Amino acid sequence: MGLHERYLLKVEGLTVSFDGFKAVNDLSFYVEPNECRVIIGPNGAGKTTVLDLICGRTKATDGSVKFKNQELLQMREDQIVHAGVGRKFQTPSVYEDLSVFENLEISYPKGYGVFGALAFRRDDTVQARIEEIAETIFLEDLLTEKAAYLSHGQKQWLEIGMLLIQDPELLMLDEPVAGMSVAERKKTAELLNRIIKDRSVIVIEHDMGFVEDIATRVNVLHQGKMLSEGSMAHVKADPKVIEVYLGH
Amino acid sequence: MTFSKNSLFTRQELIGFIVLAAIIFLLLPAVLDNFRLNLFGKYLTYAFVAVGLALCWGAGGILSLGQGVFFGLGGYCMAMFLKLEASTPENTSIQSTPGIPDFMDWNQLTELPFWWVPFHSLTIALIAVVIVPVTFALIIGVAMFRRRVGGVYFAIITQAFAAILTILIIGQQGFTGGVNGITDLRTLKGWDIRTDEAKEVLYFVNAFLLFGVLLIAQFVRKSKLGRILIAMRDQEDRVRFSGYDVASFKIFIFCLGAAFAGIGGAMFTLQVGFMSPTLVGIVPSIEMVIFCAVGGRLSILGAVYGALLVNWAKTSFSESFPELWLFGLGGLFIAVVMLFPNGLAGIWTEQIMPRITKLWAARAGAVAPIPATSTEEEGAI
Amino acid sequence: MFSDYSMSELGAIFAMQGFAGLILFSVFVLMALGLAIIFGQMGVINMAHGEFMILGAYMTYLVSNVFAAYLPGLFGMYFFVAMILAFIASGALGLFVEWSLIRHLYKRPLDTLLATWGLSLILQQLYRSVFGAREVGVSIPDWMMGSMPVTDMIEVPINGIFVMVLAVGISLAVYVMMFRSNWGKQVRAINQNRVMAGAVGINTEWTDRLTFGIGCGVAGVAGSAFTMIGSTGPTAGQLYIVDTFLVVVFGGAGSILGTIASAFSISQAQSIMEFFLSGSMAKVLTLLVVVGILMIRPQGLFALKLRK
Repeated sequence: MGLHERYLLKVEGLTVSFDGFKAVNDLSFYVEPNECRVIIGPNGAGKTTVLDLICGRTKATDGSVKFKNQELLQMREDQIVHAGVGRKFQTPSVYEDLSVFENLEISYPKGYGVFGALAFRRDDTVQARIEEIAETIFLEDLLTEKAAYLSHGQKQWLEIGMLLIQDPELLMLDEPVAGMSVAERKKTAELLNRIIKDRSVIVIEHDMGFVEDIATRVNVLHQGKMLSEGSMAHVKADPKVIEVYLGH
Repeated sequence: MTFSKNSLFTRQELIGFIVLAAIIFLLLPAVLDNFRLNLFGKYLTYAFVAVGLALCWGAGGILSLGQGVFFGLGGYCMAMFLKLEASTPENTSIQSTPGIPDFMDWNQLTELPFWWVPFHSLTIALIAVVIVPVTFALIIGVAMFRRRVGGVYFAIITQAFAAILTILIIGQQGFTGGVNGITDLRTLKGWDIRTDEAKEVLYFVNAFLLFGVLLIAQFVRKSKLGRILIAMRDQEDRVRFSGYDVASFKIFIFCLGAAFAGIGGAMFTLQVGFMSPTLVGIVPSIEMVIFCAVGGRLSILGAVYGALLVNWAKTSFSESFPELWLFGLGGLFIAVVMLFPNGLAGIWTEQIMPRITKLWAARAGAVAPIPATSTEEEGAI
Repeated sequence: MFSDYSMSELGAIFAMQGFAGLILFSVFVLMALGLAIIFGQMGVINMAHGEFMILGAYMTYLVSNVFAAYLPGLFGMYFFVAMILAFIASGALGLFVEWSLIRHLYKRPLDTLLATWGLSLILQQLYRSVFGAREVGVSIPDWMMGSMPVTDMIEVPINGIFVMVLAVGISLAVYVMMFRSNWGKQVRAINQNRVMAGAVGINTEWTDRLTFGIGCGVAGVAGSAFTMIGSTGPTAGQLYIVDTFLVVVFGGAGSILGTIASAFSISQAQSIMEFFLSGSMAKVLTLLVVVGILMIRPQGLFALKLRK
């Protein structure tokens, strides 16, 4: 029993196949509370698919994903979010036709149902919370700006903000610094370091310097399978990892 | 920094509503004779559908090519009541079965079908005007949106429903009046709806209902639900992974559009005096989309102007150059997609408003800062 | 409802209705093939597809008149000339429409739908202005008239057989073009990954235009074939558009085989039901079943499961 409660997320035997092609194959790993787990691996290793499976975007063929002892594989996407799992996509997905304020407001965790959304009011609590988050993500001066006019980096931050406002226990980020300028990258690292403190995070990232900075443990994926798992130093020294990255 | 907190209107939107109200309640009744006023009343019944489409399609990105189904269902519910009232045993004494609608008698029916019986009651008929279209929309919506069918697939399937219902109505002549529809409607609880006064009263009833619908639509657009719709149209997955059950929002807005269309259909029956499958099928359904598109997709007020203008143009053209009308309508479809994707509302906010603002500023002699228009403002005027 | 018929009568009924269904099937296949190319491969909704078919039908009508007036000796052969001209006329109009309308709207499928609907209205009025509002029929060459007795109870009309043969021929031609020709390879490549296809040197713009043109040309040939079994009016195209789209969607967009299979099942269901129910109820039931199945299986009969 004690062992069960040690982990926030338990992924066991996770498998998905697309017309016979196994994009993720019998994958198991465990994430502890307040841990920052980084998934690395070459292109096509199935990293994004793993996140898709956990958050319900892709239906698994086999296996189990337990979050706080709830089986996520049987739940709908929005139910998974309500359970406390947040997901950021690789390409920034914000609502371009809405303002930054409205973008954050939609993610505000209240009024999820149709009638709840109709009855939802912008009260002071909502406004204060949105302003607080906007400050965290460096967008406090752009609240009335249409999201379409933000820079690529600012859109990424906005999407991170949209997740933060929901205060998820598990946050999954897919390449949060990809395509950013050096300055933006630095600011993002700072932002991530701040937000990963009181929650568990799973990050997909290619930037090794960045990974070393934030990772508690690292999973190396290759062809849908776990190649190596452990601390950054451990996987760096793993001959199998070296073979995949430098071989051929 | 200020946000329009929870107010239903911005100042601009309020002016827009007042102007439209002035046109519909004062200007049109003042300048039009009774015949034309009734005609405009008919156009306004299409505006109900167009407003619903502005929510479904403009905001939510759900294009339904089957709104005629809901318009027709609402209209038929009303027509069934009126027909039963018109078919008293005295009025129909020459029939082989007196007391049933004439077309049933012609088709050798000897008894009122069981599903016609409740329509003896006006209350039930009025409830059915909304409930029947909404139930249909609910069934279609649940089946499609739960399975994540959207976009062009949804459009094609709703179009198929328009085809199915038309064929069904025409084929089941004995129950529905067939291709002629339900005609020869006379009184509503003894009140003759064919007189000039009645038509004038009905015009105003229709106008009031339309404004009721517009207020509901405005409330929805201004609520968080309205913003979620726009968000869904742009980034459906993001909305889903922000914790919303996307399908239920789509179902809701589709049903709301169906309810609007049903009310419009019922008012059509009352003002025009008949309901027929020609208002249900593929062609009228897609024409209803163009009313909304001409007004400017997102704009609920624009939808009303679109319905008025297109129909007025249709009547004027068909009177003088019938062969030109289809060219005109076809061209309109193409132009509104290629040249004016934001329709009349777009022309207003992009071309006319800035000029007025400039003129205003010049006259005031001061360089007043132009307020940044937010999305919602662009949308609603 | 079967008790009124003897076994052999029932057999004959099913055979006759089955054959009527086969003709309907050929019609559906001919209509749907062009659409399967345009919608399935390009994702473009062409609501004017029916009008492209009607153009082919009117071309056939014109050619038959020309042959009757100037080349009566060759009248038996006019249909083959007409078919080629129908392909060229509809195809050329298709190229023009792609260039002037469709290419601006690739990212807005719902808008394409509305624009092509507008186009269909314009074409309908154009046909009405040029050819008149009344339906026109062509004179069928002598060799296509009459029917062939199969047993003493079952007879099949020759023009029906001809349309079936044509449907098979055109299906094969489309199949060969899609899966054996260079153009087909390019079309499929673009369908799968437009950017990459462009990067490896495929002229995507021209391939799109050609694809749309060929799809419309096939529609023209379909229209040409129609004149052999029915007459043509300005609004005839609109009658078929819903059925055609349902056939393509039901088959699983992008699958030529699926389109044919779905055309077969829909046409057979409809024509067999038509014997026992009224024509309109058979149609309503068929459409409802198709829509019902699409609600349960939105991807259609044949579709790939893809990694998104």
